[in-house]
Amino acid sequence: MSEAPQSPWQTAKITRIEKRTPRVTSFFFALSRPFAYRAGQHVDVRLTAPDGYQARRSYSIASAPESGATIELAIEKLDDGEVSPFFHEVAAVGDEIELRGPLGGHFVWSDSDGGPLLLVGGGSGVVPLMAMVRHRTFRKSAVPVALMFSVRVWDEVIFRDELIGLDDRRDGFDLVLTLTREATRRPSDYSRRIDTAMVMQALARLPQPPTLAYVCGSNAFVSAAAQALIDAGISAEIIRTERYGV
Amino acid sequence: MATRGFFSSRKPPTETDARIPPGQYLEQGFPVLSAGPTPRVRTKDWSFTLKHGPRPIKKWNWAEFNALPLTKMTRDIHCVTAWTKFDTAWQGVLVDDILADAGIEAPTGFLLAHGYDGYTTNVPAKDLTTGKAMVALLHDGKPITPDHGGPARLLVPHLYFWKSAKWLNGLQFTERDEPGFWELRGYHIYGDPWREQRYTSDP
Ligand SMILES: Cc1cc2nc3c(=O)[nH]c(=O)nc-3n(C[C@H](O)[C@H](O)[C@H](O)COP(=O)(O)OP(=O)(O)OC[C@H]3O[C@@H](n4cnc5c(N)ncnc54)[C@H](O)[C@@H]3O)c2cc1C
Repeated sequence: MSEAPQSPWQTAKITRIEKRTPRVTSFFFALSRPFAYRAGQHVDVRLTAPDGYQARRSYSIASAPESGATIELAIEKLDDGEVSPFFHEVAAVGDEIELRGPLGGHFVWSDSDGGPLLLVGGGSGVVPLMAMVRHRTFRKSAVPVALMFSVRVWDEVIFRDELIGLDDRRDGFDLVLTLTREATRRPSDYSRRIDTAMVMQALARLPQPPTLAYVCGSNAFVSAAAQALIDAGISAEIIRTERYGV
Repeated sequence: MATRGFFSSRKPPTETDARIPPGQYLEQGFPVLSAGPTPRVRTKDWSFTLKHGPRPIKKWNWAEFNALPLTKMTRDIHCVTAWTKFDTAWQGVLVDDILADAGIEAPTGFLLAHGYDGYTTNVPAKDLTTGKAMVALLHDGKPITPDHGGPARLLVPHLYFWKSAKWLNGLQFTERDEPGFWELRGYHIYGDPWREQRYTSDP
């Protein structure tokens, strides 16, 4: 092992910026040192001010592991935040950003892990779940997946066209949207917060009970949704959570 | 590398700066992070077991454990997700006092902490003894809420906070340094925030 130790940080160039919803924008980064990753993993991003002050945050990878040396991060703007407003207001195509990864070895799924899967996301918590759904599509996996996705209003459904397109294929992927502050637009969807009855109905869409369940979002969302899963009879041992902290 | 256009208004004053490990930022709230759902453990069902390998040395129920000497600790804590929180106030039983009550001295150099959720994390014995760590029972003078690991959690404030196992139900001496839950999933075996030992590949 004579190789010089490499800094875990690398620069990545923003190659594309795509607005997903009024509050969420996707940033595509070309990695200078491409890495292999698993669906559900995240990167740490580090911003440095001219005086050397650094801010660092974690962002889940939205793209599928199969999509090459460009990764997609979907970042929600928190108005009084430090890092997310920088991305929304300042970052531009061509900028170089420092990041390291892939990180996290628990909230991950590969088609070889099997299923059925129950995925539950609140707001930007859908991002790592999107990587899993995209990975399943890339692999033409037959693993049955139900995605329960909770947002406030229809216009905040991140990746909406892509998710509805996948739902329409009827190939074992089922999308359950729930809007907490607006009437539902699709007959199969809901307009309330995720609760036990809703989880039971989502489970009924799977051919067998799930072998793995993934819940991601704000802390309050994850606590409530994980409890709804447990009350719907899902064993705590198969539930994996990722909390965005705030 | 300076990031184009990034000027932070959050730069902490220099006297607090020295208390913030590299790559961390100061947080006023108390974020919650865990790998699974929050277990609800009732104190009447709670117990704590001290083990050497597979062999139990001593087991305490909630009342017995609360009868051990209680110590206060106010410490800065550092989460690997990059927040640091100053002056968190805890009360609990020092690991030293647990060992004393069991009538032993550390038989090996390593421990695994166990949680009700099946979580484990490894900590060298020298980092848990000599007043460095406790099994915390109170936070801000009140019972620790389930979200933050109550009824009892480990508190090892000088290491990244994933070492401070929530919903603690036992400490186990091991012959070797055995990686726990996050240590098997890409996180550093020791986790010193001042050396930025976040991930396995960090020196
Ligand atoms: C594993 C992981 C994956 C994640 N993935 C994603 C993802 O895919 N997409 C995504 O959008 N987010 C994700 N997050 C959340 C992300 O890391 C950031 O927490 C988020 O972007 C907010 O950062 P910020 O700097 O904009 O806000 P911060 O500055 O951290 O502030 C967050 C909130 O706290 C308050 N706050 C904190 N400090 C202060 C202060 N000093 N003064 C005033 N207010 C303060 C503010 O109200 C603000 O709204 C993830 C988090 C984790 C842990």
